[in-house]
Amino acid sequence: MRILRFLLRKEFLQIIRNKSILPIIIVSPIMQLILLPFAANYEMKNISISIVDHDKSQDSRRLIEKILSGKYFLLQSNAESYTVALEDVEQDKADVILEIPAGFGRDLVRDNKVKTMIAANAINGQTAGLAVSYLNSIIMDFNSEIRMQWAVNPAVQPIPVIEISSLSWFNPLMNYKFFMVPGVMAILVTLVGFMLSTMNVVREKEIGTIEQLNVTPITKTQLILSKLVPFWILGQIVLTVGFIISFIVYHIIPAGNILLVYAFSSVYLVAILGLGLFVSTFAETQQQAMFIAYFCMTTFILLGGIFASIDNMPRWAQMITYINPISYFIDVLRMIILKGSGFADLSRHFLIMFIFAISLNMLAVWHYKKTS
Amino acid sequence: MNNIEISNIRKTYQGKTGVTIALDDVSLSINGNELFGLIGPDGAGKTSLFRILTTVLLPDSGSASVCGADIVKDFQYIRNISGYMPGRFSLYPDLSVEENLNFFATIFNTTIEENYDLIRDIYVQLEPFKTRRAGKLSGGMKQKLALCCALIHKPNVLFLDEPTTGVDPVSRKEFWEMLKRLKNSGITILVSTPYMDEAMMCDRIALIQEGKILLIEQPADVAKGFGRKLYSARADNMYQLLIDLRAYDAIADCFAFGHTHHFTVKNELTNPDVIADYLREKMHTNLDIIEIAPGIEDCFMQLMRR
Repeated sequence: MRILRFLLRKEFLQIIRNKSILPIIIVSPIMQLILLPFAANYEMKNISISIVDHDKSQDSRRLIEKILSGKYFLLQSNAESYTVALEDVEQDKADVILEIPAGFGRDLVRDNKVKTMIAANAINGQTAGLAVSYLNSIIMDFNSEIRMQWAVNPAVQPIPVIEISSLSWFNPLMNYKFFMVPGVMAILVTLVGFMLSTMNVVREKEIGTIEQLNVTPITKTQLILSKLVPFWILGQIVLTVGFIISFIVYHIIPAGNILLVYAFSSVYLVAILGLGLFVSTFAETQQQAMFIAYFCMTTFILLGGIFASIDNMPRWAQMITYINPISYFIDVLRMIILKGSGFADLSRHFLIMFIFAISLNMLAVWHYKKTS
Repeated sequence: MNNIEISNIRKTYQGKTGVTIALDDVSLSINGNELFGLIGPDGAGKTSLFRILTTVLLPDSGSASVCGADIVKDFQYIRNISGYMPGRFSLYPDLSVEENLNFFATIFNTTIEENYDLIRDIYVQLEPFKTRRAGKLSGGMKQKLALCCALIHKPNVLFLDEPTTGVDPVSRKEFWEMLKRLKNSGITILVSTPYMDEAMMCDRIALIQEGKILLIEQPADVAKGFGRKLYSARADNMYQLLIDLRAYDAIADCFAFGHTHHFTVKNELTNPDVIADYLREKMHTNLDIIEIAPGIEDCFMQLMRR
């Protein structure tokens, strides 16, 4: 015990002496938590629209008014023709074009049927998709209003009875920051637990001290624990810093039990540290370790469900997310913080993470034995 | 008691380009309380032998014991009673001198105070810098600190792998004086070095090359074993001199040795004046040929050529 205590003291001494670790632990969570959720905002507002109104009738004006009255669309220009409007798109001034054909009002009255065209700049697929669907729903709304007006006898000419209205549960204002913050917190905890522990072990290899430690009576268990415990603690500190910032900046108060988050992160960090140890048995230099760790991190993040919803991924990508520990952590954080889930709801996550923790650490120890 | 027995140790490394034999059937017997030198060029297998004896590497075949303990079965015991100083500086550069020493004392379950007597001579030189980070020490100071760290748990056996490589001559001399004092305090020391002059400081030496032990002898006896006349030659054009000497029939062996060339003759009765005449014919000026007493390096060169 005395030896382990001393090993830990040495690790902490080195961590404090290292000029880059403390800023990583304190400053980077603050920076990322403040900047990322604002930047990665999926909410669409102020979509620039160019409208080509060939009709200039009362009906077409009503439609345009309706579109612009909301907070979603901003009129970029009233273009003469589609070609002119396309120039706006080419110059990146407009995101979407709405073309109303000549005879819009007349056809609407006469044939009860009319075609409009929506063209969206799909360079940014997300904006395009959202703009088109917003515009569609506005036009549909307009459509039903018109039908209502014209219906001389509602019984004869039935109004569509199915109306879809959506309610955003657990995030009623559809505040994307609430969605992003737990994700960013998960990334930060992973970064500290995974990257720093990998680098730390490889550094001992690189400067040759592992050789010196190997000839001492220190046991493997002591050595591994001395590497796991400091970064386990640092991970929890980062998580705490994350909670404090999300409260101060975003006023996010976890709906569920915060202790449950810590219980999960305790297991999660053991798993991720095991992965770090595993990577460190492969790498001989910090440069190699950095590269492997970076590759793992980007894969984890992109397939972790933070930026793109896992449900929208193709089947094969979804399969990968099952073996991606960070996706469980993000899930758990969101479930507890936003939804207030209890242990019963998360028991599957806990079980899987336990399996991760045990198997990754066993893998690391096995490969370490094999290579030395 | 504190002896090291090595018998028939063999170690190979599997590489992409084939198998490298690091140690080829090495047998050695080092007495307790002996300062034993392992002399050999780079890549001779010195470090492999050290790593096997310090239990961090397993031999392919053969066995060895340190202080009577088997290197495979009793590795934990050996780790407790031996001190190892790897060739490369391998202490924590971001910890101070004192912290490093304290760290190694603690992991061996002891304290600096307990064994201070053993390291006092060395540590007094380090004491003015004890709060300095180990990474910021000079080369000689680093080696002294590494020696302190290897000694702090009062080992019975000390393994020093090229402790003086890259250290200035003054520090090297000091370092060897320390080793002698340590030996006198009862520690068995196995030290490797690529420097021949350091071999003279050892009680016994073993010459090792390409994983084979060529000879085990007291340094003074090594030179006696040379058994032939050795000449030293000098002239203005040293390079041409080497070519001409090697081209001459009567010469058995010739190699550059510092400022001179050393050579032996095939027939011991050959008069060096004959060789001098031949060389003058070859237009060499300021020629000087004298018979000299062979040193360890000459012996080693001769053994290597066989």
